[in-house]
Amino acid sequence: MLDNHAKIIQFFSVAKEVTGRKKLQKMIYILQKCNIPFEEKYNFHFYGPYSEELTLRIEELCNLGFLHEVKEEKSNYYQYNYTLTSDGEEFLNQFHLDMPDYTEKVNLLREKSSRFLELVSTMLYFDHLPLEDIIEKVHTVKPKQKYTKEEMEEAVRFINEVKQ
Amino acid sequence: MTYKQEQLSEEKVFKDPVHRYVHVRDRVIWDLIATPEFQRLRRIKQLGTTNLTFHGAEHSRFNHSLGVYEIVRRIISVFEDRPHWNKEERLLCLCAALLHDLGHGPFSHSFEKVFKLDHEIFTQKIITGDTEINRVLEKVEKGFSQKVADVIAKTYQDKLVVSLISSQIDADRMDYLIRDAYFTGVSYGHFDMERIMRVMRPMEDQVVIKSTGMHAVEDYIMSRYQMYWQVYFHPVTRSAEVILSKILHRAKDLFEADDFTFKLEPTHFLSFFRGDVRLEEYLKLDESIVYYYFQAWQDEDDVILKDLCERFMNRRLFKYVEFNPNLQMKDWMELYTLFQQADINPEYYLVVDSSSDLPYDFYRPGEEEERLPIHLLMPDRSLKELSRHSDIVEAISGKKRTDHKLYFPKDRIEALTDQSLKKKIITILYGQGEVEDVR
Repeated sequence: MLDNHAKIIQFFSVAKEVTGRKKLQKMIYILQKCNIPFEEKYNFHFYGPYSEELTLRIEELCNLGFLHEVKEEKSNYYQYNYTLTSDGEEFLNQFHLDMPDYTEKVNLLREKSSRFLELVSTMLYFDHLPLEDIIEKVHTVKPKQKYTKEEMEEAVRFINEVKQ
Repeated sequence: MTYKQEQLSEEKVFKDPVHRYVHVRDRVIWDLIATPEFQRLRRIKQLGTTNLTFHGAEHSRFNHSLGVYEIVRRIISVFEDRPHWNKEERLLCLCAALLHDLGHGPFSHSFEKVFKLDHEIFTQKIITGDTEINRVLEKVEKGFSQKVADVIAKTYQDKLVVSLISSQIDADRMDYLIRDAYFTGVSYGHFDMERIMRVMRPMEDQVVIKSTGMHAVEDYIMSRYQMYWQVYFHPVTRSAEVILSKILHRAKDLFEADDFTFKLEPTHFLSFFRGDVRLEEYLKLDESIVYYYFQAWQDEDDVILKDLCERFMNRRLFKYVEFNPNLQMKDWMELYTLFQQADINPEYYLVVDSSSDLPYDFYRPGEEEERLPIHLLMPDRSLKELSRHSDIVEAISGKKRTDHKLYFPKDRIEALTDQSLKKKIITILYGQGEVEDVR
């Protein structure tokens, strides 16, 4: 019961705090691509891989009091920050989840900007293609982001590191 | 004249209860509709198990696909002379609209969850693989099928084209909301689509709405919200969906068990059970095949499979109570044990269903760069996110509504002969409030 909810709660027990929904979306996607068994379904959206299911699940977890959401007013948009509550911790303690240890991966992801994670997750979305085609595809689907050659190279290095 | 430009000698029309007529003039569209892969959509219901709640909801993915095509055809005729619109993309848009749901299977949401499949991957495979659809598209020009697949996958370079088929206000959603309202017979869900089409403006990489058309969009947002709670997340439909998922789980578990042999070899399901579904096998499984097995599995020796199939076929559904996983976790654990004592396997007969288990949503503007919201085009040519300008939309999209229900077979509990056990179970369930009756 609610195994997929418990997996997300467990993610927050590892990540402690996540700043921004976009970053959260990309973090879970990248972890999925590292074979961490999160089951939220992702599709490609305007800003890269996005899961409506994850958005709804986070909303449910907030409504249940397992996650704490803080809405922060930015210049022309809102940003949402998430932390685990004590109720969330208690719920998690009642579960036996068979998940691998992915703490190191989360630490790597936390340090990166959401723009960079958008690039990484977009590259991973096309990982069935050869590298040159992946780079071309990133330019095709994200012309406005104007990712530089250096950022692309850094993303490739990062993918190799996080997938280890 | 090339195949791409070829027009039928006279316009063909499909009578449609939602759009009155679906008009076809392009030879390519006519040929695509005639392919076996597209005709297969006639045998897959648009709303899966919803017909067990709203008996009119028997419409198919075929109806909806034609409807989305028709809406895009009409939008394009409005866009034709507007700036930002590339006329060369017309046929690509129409093909993508027509074929966007091609990979759906029977009861696809449950099948996807249980067998870890993705209908969108099958849409891609049907369009780019060894199929009649692919042959028609490749006749247009070499590589055209990949372009259509890219538009549907939302990875095509022209985002404006993508947003017609898939965005927060797109042809897909507009058709299914109106069509589902029509066939379920509910009185909400209607909005003025003609008006929305007239106020849509192509703008660089998205479709925006002229601000004077805001009220028509408010109606659309209201429709989406009401349909979500009144139709898509109807608890009786969810009950049927829960049973359907459990049938598939049970059949798979039995297939994997060493000590069980099906009386009827489940030929059409074998690749699904093995987790290696080829396109050819996927296309063969439609709703009539699924119903055939559910009928036949009532004669199998496994009591759980028999019972679940009988419930599904004869609409003997599970009842439910509202459930709060935070406050009632202990109740659930206790119920789990009590069900085991009562010889009612809780893995199949005690099920929590959450709103996030659904493939539908209502409008939320979200965070910047999370996903693209609906933008209003203001008189000064600036763009404003819809909920920042509309109080109605702000009220709906800011509302935190999620839902969890606990499903169980009330008839099995009432039939328990151990009165003490029965009382304990009923006290926990009924203690949470009145048990809702499935109508």
